Amino acid sequence: MRRIGIDVGGTNTDAVLIEEGKVAGAVKAPTSEDVTTGILDSLKALGATGVLKGKKIDGVMIGTTHFINAVVQRRHLTRVAALRLGMPASASLPPFCDWPEDLAELVRGGVWMVEGGHEYDGRPFMPLDEAAVIKAAKEMKAADLKAVGISSIFSPLDPSHERRAAELVAKEVPDAAITCSSDLGRIGLLERENAGLLNAALADLSRDTIAAFEKAIRDSGIAAPLFITQNDGTVAEAHQARRLPVYSFASGATNSMRGAAYLSGLGDAMVIDVGGTTTDVGQLKHGFPREANSVVKVGGVRTLFRMPDLLSIGLGGGSHVMLDPLKVGPVSVGYRLLKDGIAFGGRQFTTTDVAVALGLLELGDRKKVAHLDAATCRKVLAEAARMAEEAIDRMKTEAGDVPLIAVGGGAFLIPDKLPGVSQVIHVQHGDCANAVGAAIAQVSGECDQIFKDLTRAEALSAAQGIANDRAVVAGAARASLATIESEDMPLAYLPGNSVRVRVRVVGDVAAA
Amino acid sequence: MKRTLVLDDIESLAVGAWVLGTGGGGNPYLPLLNMRALYKGGHRVQLMPAAELADDDLVAGAGGMGAPLVGIERMGDPHTLTRAVLAMEAHIKRRFTALMSVEIGGGNGVRPLMAAALMKLPVVDSDPMGRAYPEGQMTSTAIGGLAPCPISLVDVRGLESIVHSTPNAKWTERVARKICVEYGSTASMCTPPRTGAEIKKWGIHGTTTKAIRIGEAVRRAQRLHEDAVAAILAVEPGVLLFKGKVIDVARRVTEGYLRGILRIDGLDEFRGVAMRINFQNEWIVAWRDEQPLAMTPDLICVLDSVSGEAVGSETIRYGQRVTVIALPPPEIFLTPKGLEHVGPRAFGYDLDYRSVFSQ
Repeated sequence: MRRIGIDVGGTNTDAVLIEEGKVAGAVKAPTSEDVTTGILDSLKALGATGVLKGKKIDGVMIGTTHFINAVVQRRHLTRVAALRLGMPASASLPPFCDWPEDLAELVRGGVWMVEGGHEYDGRPFMPLDEAAVIKAAKEMKAADLKAVGISSIFSPLDPSHERRAAELVAKEVPDAAITCSSDLGRIGLLERENAGLLNAALADLSRDTIAAFEKAIRDSGIAAPLFITQNDGTVAEAHQARRLPVYSFASGATNSMRGAAYLSGLGDAMVIDVGGTTTDVGQLKHGFPREANSVVKVGGVRTLFRMPDLLSIGLGGGSHVMLDPLKVGPVSVGYRLLKDGIAFGGRQFTTTDVAVALGLLELGDRKKVAHLDAATCRKVLAEAARMAEEAIDRMKTEAGDVPLIAVGGGAFLIPDKLPGVSQVIHVQHGDCANAVGAAIAQVSGECDQIFKDLTRAEALSAAQGIANDRAVVAGAARASLATIESEDMPLAYLPGNSVRVRVRVVGDVAAA
Repeated sequence: MKRTLVLDDIESLAVGAWVLGTGGGGNPYLPLLNMRALYKGGHRVQLMPAAELADDDLVAGAGGMGAPLVGIERMGDPHTLTRAVLAMEAHIKRRFTALMSVEIGGGNGVRPLMAAALMKLPVVDSDPMGRAYPEGQMTSTAIGGLAPCPISLVDVRGLESIVHSTPNAKWTERVARKICVEYGSTASMCTPPRTGAEIKKWGIHGTTTKAIRIGEAVRRAQRLHEDAVAAILAVEPGVLLFKGKVIDVARRVTEGYLRGILRIDGLDEFRGVAMRINFQNEWIVAWRDEQPLAMTPDLICVLDSVSGEAVGSETIRYGQRVTVIALPPPEIFLTPKGLEHVGPRAFGYDLDYRSVFSQ
């Protein structure tokens, strides 16, 4: 297996080649405004190392923060038609009702609510009002709306109404980009609908970005399928990722954790990813980041995305240092480090200057930081270590000491010994852990729904079957599938032994 | 004094009602969203102390019944809740003069405001639980022997039912539950009408104000990045029971309730100590190192250690960092009759009630 992993970050675009389980090459190039140039540059740099010569590449996996940035910065968003099936229920809380007003103004192209939807036990709540769906679609067309988010009550249990409505809308608006909320999983109408609407709002950006990725790969002369990494550390084929860009929201952080697991050979550990401005702390379980189970806000919108449970603190290699009183971060020089840091002839005192002065880093000009005394520098590092220790302690889910993998460009801030940590592991290529994580990503499938009148074992096995099928549709090789999460929850008040089961499986990408 | 609630009061009410839900009652987020929309539309709600009720005033308990999980797909709305109250008025051929909460804990702490906004009726600052409880007879009004009927149940599709006559609150609960399940396990309801005199005598007073006070403390602490749990204990005479990390949640459904055991391992000053909490929708008995520490009717509140917001028994999960506090129960629950209805034995625990506040 030979794969290229690319991480398009805020500062750098990293590219690595993984060959027969080893990192064969790793390079960094500055991220470009148009994204494509940065990718091309990094691939060129990787090619220049000679590791790609005459070799067949099995896949290129790209991780990017492009989509989440679009939502957070309110840029490149498409106006969306929201179609909800479920009247007369839930009418007082229409689509977009809990969005921040500025984002809603930008995205809300129109709202249609018609009869339809299901009960928790699969009975129809109301028959689907097809005439009303067709009327809504005609109005969408008249309003020139081409991105459509369709939601329906209990659609994770029975998606048939959403699917039928999507057919009807597609007939009226043939070039519509339609997102059905059931494709995004979880129970909780508002949050699931929000995810669908965000996804629809990213339709144009997703199409253009992924086309740009494909072009960059083609232009670089690499003939390999393109995969986009997902929030949960897995990948989806480009054509599927194009349809569901919201699943790529948090992939940067996930990739660095997965990369850390891979480079260290540990499946269960804490990971600390120290960047230029922030440090993310998370926990690996079976080689995957522990997921946040609760509501995650993206750009102010409540969603139920599959996101890693991360704690971010304002500590990094570019963090400003103040001595009286001693304070490290949260302000950082960011990508200007190589200009503004004292070791590079600038005037801003940063954590990197401290490390250079102490000889921990070979960067810039050590003479420029010769005036910093060692005792002061050690105090600064101790403060950084204290911040890291506190974050790690907050994220630990078991008492006792656990191993810690330190990655990212600022990993030098993490000392070899920390309280509550059995062993601090610094790994080779740790500064490119995110690109490594992208290169080694797997494919997943998930099932989260309510089963009735089944034994616990039957319900778990039914859920497992659904998750397996979804993983295969997403591009996994069936024989390689393994279950990494299985959770069941009986439902209070519901009759007939109702149980909500959530199963997630992962597998290797199937050979093309 | 009657006063008009501002939206900020209701934001606080939602946070405080979730704390008083003691693990059950459902998250008040969706009722809060409805209130935001109603306030945006110009509606306002007045809160009145029970003491200002005239003896012959007539008060409706307005709220929701059903599975919280269904409620987050089929979201309750103010019009359907109002119809439940109107259906009761039509049945008893009298008009209500005020509304109140059927239980202050959880979503039902906010719901009466939804109907009150549309009906332009005040909400009485009282409820019959002072918290959340899983069963209809676990109320001050049932302890007081007030009429268990009638109650109305309404579904958004035009279904309206009245449970007209039953011998006691337990039967009302059983029959109403059946109707609710047929509706799809969610219903808007109006509980038996009470006179002003009955509420003044049997209501648990000041609970809406209390929830607002708790919510304000939590939200202020969040804004100032202060300890939100300490903020609650600064405004309520509660005690800190435990701090730790969830290490196991075992859940099972029996007789239509979510029962189970939560296990927490201690952190900070509680390192090396273990806590176990048994629940039936709500947190019922908390054991420290296998000794009973706090039990119903004391309010056991499990809070997110960072945000200070409540964590529900349905959503609490492995690894969460939580702080457990106890708040004092309404006094009526401490009478022999009260303990019969809501003491540990009412939940099947062979324990004599011992207040955590007398230890």
